[in-house]
Formats: sequence, C-alpha cells, structure tokens
Amino acid sequence: MGIVTLNCLVAIFAPWIAPYGETAVVGDVWQTISSQFLLGTDHIGRDLFSRVLFGARNTIALAFITTALSFLLGSIMGFIAAVKGGWIDNLLSRMIDVVMAFPTLIFALMILSVLGSSIPTLIFTIAILDSTRVYRLSRAVAMDIEVLEFVEVARLRGEGLWWIIRQEVLPNAIPPLVAEFGLRFCFVFLFIASLSFLGLGLQPPLADWGGMVRENAGAITFGILTPLIPAAAIAFLTVGVNLIVDWFLHLSSGLHE
Amino acid sequence: MKNTILEITNLHIEGFCEDHWQPIVKDISLHLQKGEVLGLIGESGAGKSTIGLAAMGYTRQGCRLASGSITLDGEELFGATDEDLRRVRGSKIAYVAQSAAASFNPSHRIIKQYTEGPVHHGLMSYSDAEKEAIAIYRRLFLPTPEKIGYRYPHELSGGQLQRAMVAMAMSCGPEIIVFDEPTTALDVTTQIEVLAAVKEITEKMNKAALYITHDLAVVAQVAHRIMVLRNGELVEEGKTRQLIRSPRENYTRELLNVRSLREDKNESDRLDVILRVENVDASYTGQVNVLEDINLTVRRGRTVALVGESGSGKSTLARVITGLLPATRGSITFLDEELSLDLENRSKDNLRRLQMIYQMPDTALNPRQTVRKVIGRPLQFYFGMHGKKAEQRIRELLTSIELDPDSYIDRMTTELSGGEKQRICIARALAAEPDLIICDEVTSALDQLVGEGILDLLQDLQNTTNISYLFITHDLATVKAIADKIVIMLEGKIIEQGKKKEILSPPHHEYTDKLLASIPEMDPDWLDDLLAERASTFLEEKPTQ
Repeated sequence: MGIVTLNCLVAIFAPWIAPYGETAVVGDVWQTISSQFLLGTDHIGRDLFSRVLFGARNTIALAFITTALSFLLGSIMGFIAAVKGGWIDNLLSRMIDVVMAFPTLIFALMILSVLGSSIPTLIFTIAILDSTRVYRLSRAVAMDIEVLEFVEVARLRGEGLWWIIRQEVLPNAIPPLVAEFGLRFCFVFLFIASLSFLGLGLQPPLADWGGMVRENAGAITFGILTPLIPAAAIAFLTVGVNLIVDWFLHLSSGLHE
Repeated sequence: MKNTILEITNLHIEGFCEDHWQPIVKDISLHLQKGEVLGLIGESGAGKSTIGLAAMGYTRQGCRLASGSITLDGEELFGATDEDLRRVRGSKIAYVAQSAAASFNPSHRIIKQYTEGPVHHGLMSYSDAEKEAIAIYRRLFLPTPEKIGYRYPHELSGGQLQRAMVAMAMSCGPEIIVFDEPTTALDVTTQIEVLAAVKEITEKMNKAALYITHDLAVVAQVAHRIMVLRNGELVEEGKTRQLIRSPRENYTRELLNVRSLREDKNESDRLDVILRVENVDASYTGQVNVLEDINLTVRRGRTVALVGESGSGKSTLARVITGLLPATRGSITFLDEELSLDLENRSKDNLRRLQMIYQMPDTALNPRQTVRKVIGRPLQFYFGMHGKKAEQRIRELLTSIELDPDSYIDRMTTELSGGEKQRICIARALAAEPDLIICDEVTSALDQLVGEGILDLLQDLQNTTNISYLFITHDLATVKAIADKIVIMLEGKIIEQGKKKEILSPPHHEYTDKLLASIPEMDPDWLDDLLAERASTFLEEKPTQ
C-alpha cells in the first residue's frame, strides 16, 4: 500500500520534488551517486533521480489510463456477450479472436507506424489490444455468474441488460477482475517499455522507466549501476501493485476475519 | 467384546472458526460389531459426517480430533501416523460419499477407478482386480456387469453410479463401510436399488457399516441400531424397532412426525382458473421434444403438485411457463390473457403476477446484496416504491416470513442459513404480489425440519393471500402434505393428473403405483417386503446377457 502511495505521490508532485528538470543536462555522463546527483547521472548527463521521478509520472499515469480504458472496453463487451449470448456473443468473440490472432507487439507496431506515435494513439492502441484479454476473462467470469438463478430471477422480473450487468453480474465479478487489473497494469507498462525500446513508445526526451533502462543499458558493461535504478523502480512498483491487489482480494473474499 | 471392530470413546472434534477452536462433536462414544449396521441420523450440522470421517481417522480441513479414542480392529487411529492411516483406509474401512457423480473422476473408466485401490495397496494384480470388480458388480445388481465397468462415469445413471461407488468401496475387502447419505441425491425409485445393494453387502457379505442420513425412514430399512444426533451431541440411541416404536426424546419424535398429512381443501371446480397450459411442446435442440402435449390448469388459491423423477421434464415445464424456454407449440393462458411464449414480449404486469422460487436458495440470491436490496428491488421495479414506504413494506414482508426485521434487514445474503435464505426468496416473490408462484423443489436442498417450516409458511401464506402454487417436486411425502391436485410426469409427458385423493387412492396408473410404492415407510420391514415382492418382476426385467 505504502509503496504504491509513495509512487503515486511522487508521480503527482514530481515537478516540485525533482532537483533538476526532466530534460536538463546538468552534469557529466554516468556520474556516480553523490550529494549533488542523488542517483548519479545518465548517458547524456541528466540527473537520474529527477528522471526517475518524472518517469514515475509518465509511466504510472500512462499505464493506469491505458489499463482502465482496456478494462472498461473489455469488461463491458465481455459482460454483454455473456448475458446476451446468441449471435451477439458470437460476433464479439470472433472479432476479438481476429484481433488476438496477431501477435500484440507486431499489431501495435503496425498501428503506431501508420498513425504515428503520439500519447493518445499509444493509449488507445494498447488499450484496445489489451481489452481482448480482459474481454476473454470477463466473458468467462460472467458466463459462470449468468447461469446462477439470481440472474434468472432478474430476467424473469423483466430487468434490462444494463441492470443485470451492473447489479447482478459486476459485483460478483470484481475479485477476478481486480486481480487481473494488477497483472495487466504491470504488463502494460512493460509493454510501453518495450515499445519505447523499439522507438515507438514515449518519445525521448520524455522520461519513462523502460526507456531509461534502454538508454543506459550500455553502462552495464562498464559496471555502472545507472540502468539498474529505473529497473528497480519498475520492480518496486510491480510488487507494490500486486500487494494492493492481494490486500483487496483478501478484504473482498471476507477472509479477513 | 470380541467381535467389536470399531470402537469410538469420548470423541471430541473441534473446528477452527472465528479465531478459536469450537467443538463440533461433543463426547460421542460408539461401538460397532462385525456385520452390524449403525445408523447415524440428524440434520445438517449435527456432526454425522464428521463422525463418519473420524472413524477413518480423518477430519475435514479446519477441523481436528481434540480428544478421545478411535480403535479400529484393535488399532488406535487417534494420533496415528499418515503412513498407518493410509494402510488402514480402503483396506479395513472404506467410504461412500453422497454424490457419486462428483466423487468419480470423470476422465477414467469406472473399472480403472475400482482397481486403483487394491493394486496400490498391493493386494492383487490389475487383472485379478478386474475379475473381482465384475463379480461384485453382479452382486450389486448392476446391468451387464461384464461391460459396465468399461464405461465412463457420465455414461451411468445416478443410481448405477452410486452402486458402482459402493462396489469400489468394497474393492479392498474392508470390514467397515461408511455410507454418507448415499441416497439423498437420488429419486425414490432409484433409491431402492442402492438400498438393496447396501442390504446385500451388510447381510450377505457380513460387513459392518455406519449409515449416515437425515431420513429416518431410510435408515430404518438398513440399520440395526440408530443414534440420533443434534449439534454434535447424542440425543438418543437404541435398537431400530424400539426407537421407531417408542422414541424417548422429543427431538426424535419430531423427526418421526414430520411426514404427517395436512387437512385437505376441496378442489372446487368453480374457482377461477388462473393458469391454463394447452398442448404445449418444448425442445432444447429443435429436434427432440423434451415436453410433449402438456395440458394442465391451476386454480386460484390452490396448489398443483407436479411430480416426477429427475429428467421427467418438470423443471423444463416451469421454464416454458415462465417463458425462459419458449414453447414450440401450444398456448399458455394466464389470468384470461394469452401469454407470449417468449419472455421478452411479456408485459411487466404479467411478469409480476408470475413468480418463481428455486431449489437452491444459495444460488438464487445474489451473494453481494443485502436482504433490504433483494426484497426492495421488486418493490421499486414494479411499484416504484422508495424510501420509507419501501422500508416499511420490506419490514412487513420480513415479518410475514417469520424473520425479525431489525436483525435481518441489513444482513448480506451470505450471512443467512439455508432455511432463512429460502424464506428471503419467498419474500422476494411475495414482494411482487403475484397470483401464482412456481416452486421448483423448494424444500429438497433443506433439512427435514427446516423444509417442513417452509412448507408450513407457504401454506399459511396461501391461506391469507389466496395465492396459487405450482409445486414441482420429486418427493411424494411433500405432495401428500400440501397438494390439492397432482400431476404426474414421466419422460416429458403427463401420464396422470387429478385431485389428490383420486391419484393417491387405487387404482393407479402403473408408474404412479411404482412411484408410490417406492416411498420409504417408517416400517423396518418395508424394504424387505418390497424387494421380495419385486423379486419376480425384477428377474424378468433383467437382460439375459
């Protein structure tokens, strides 16, 4: 909990905390940790501590918006498919299958190289690709719930589709979806990192942790710590998110007693 | 005693709940001699199954054997090592679970699962075990014993599976078998087959058994002695005949008395017909009809019981009437208005007037809702009730189902017992102020006394609100208790219908006769008589392969 709060606070207040600007070149290349540069400097002499702070901002915000969007899309489609069934289910599922048939990275590269790599296209592309997985999961979960009698009762009462999804299905589908959210969130920012690595993610000089690992990867051969710091930040956040998910699942399953 | 094979003394079992160990079974002692059958009877939560498992030195997860002693054939199982227990289980004591369908591995053939035990215990080779299996299938009256073992579990009927399960328990030649509600999930007609198999084992093969059930009439057929349990404590113990003839404790008397008849109402032809189903066919696939030419009527303020074995199409008929499964032919008239066969095209008012209550209250209530929400939604949906008005009505409804509004209104549905859940389901149906409620096996998932309470409640509500019920059940005892009219279904067709008295008094339709004769009676000789009577016809029916 603390880890993620810390990350979020840092992300929000980065401009005030950071000793130097996001893109300012302030020292020599790959300087070691010192009181002037808390985590040293990167491959062109920017302050790494400041870039980690700004990177948190970009990475977390981007990954969060993307994941949220993909869940919104995926779960609504998944629930509709499960509750309605019949041809709607077939149509949606086959469409999703077509999208899933392409390797995600290739598909993303294709779209991004056609549309150009801006932040909104990045978000939408990844959200749509990711929503296929969310669709699969939420459809499967909703299918299990949909056959239970309380849903039948709601149908017999004459309730509409939206009410059934919101009141009967969703509350019971929350735990698996939240667990998936934690995982997806991590995948998304790793995905953004790999896109950045290929030059189609966040464009330099904006800081994102994946990109920072890539930029400084060369330093490893010289025994310099620099690339490990953003990598550690990624690991740190991943663990934090998953701890929160665990905590939430624990609460919602009623096992806390 | 020389012949005592199992002796349990002063057994205490505890379960971990709310941060501390609570007693589940309190100071139970029992002994079992070779060839003796001891019946353990009580409602759920009485500790019957826990004792049955403890006899094998086993407890469910979250439970522990606290103190006492369990001696099986001279060997102490309390505190025995896993290694010792593994050796004893299967070879000296075996277990038959309630649901054979859930206990078989669906992806292996029956006979392979049979042979697993003896081969692993190193008792015999695979081919010997196969021969044994066939011999025992024959003894337990399974059809085509040479071939049946090579089928998969889903290719057998419920009764056959349960007998295959009994056969499997016999595979390592145990001295004791623990039967845990082996017939509870079965129809009355198939129950007989399994009971006959149990008799065969205990009487002819001289095995001892613990027979766990909640049905006193069933246990009376097979047990020599009966122990009545309640909340983990012994209520009464005695020889079967003696206990049934003159029970000492009130609780036992209650269990004995529940199957009493209620006063009849006259099924007057003058009352308005509120539901009329005419010439209805229905099908799931479009090719094979699961319902054929169904005609029935329900009158105001009366109860029609729809009776049949599982698979006879009773629940399908309920789905057709509610419109979940549109009929392929025929018409349904409800309150002088022809209903659309399809749910989607029915008016809100028609939906309101026809409500349904289900067999499993656990799945019929959304686990994420409070009682207030469950009952409040139909009020809001049909009558637009909000705030104080709705609150007051919810309280009234809770009072009418005999639950205290103050302590129940804010509970989550998961915080209720099975009987309470079913009451909430009734309240939800009543909230819509319906004219007809379809009750689909509403008591079969509940304990005897709890189910009895639900039936009483439904009866009272009918007297006060003049509501009609279409009551779907396989339990003829329930039918006798509450029905005004009986409809008997077999294989998707109605084979007989009429007023209760006419149906229950001879002459019967052949199938009705079989159904009625299969209800266990409290008389311990009932099964023997019935089997003797059927023996001649039974042999004729058997294939000659």
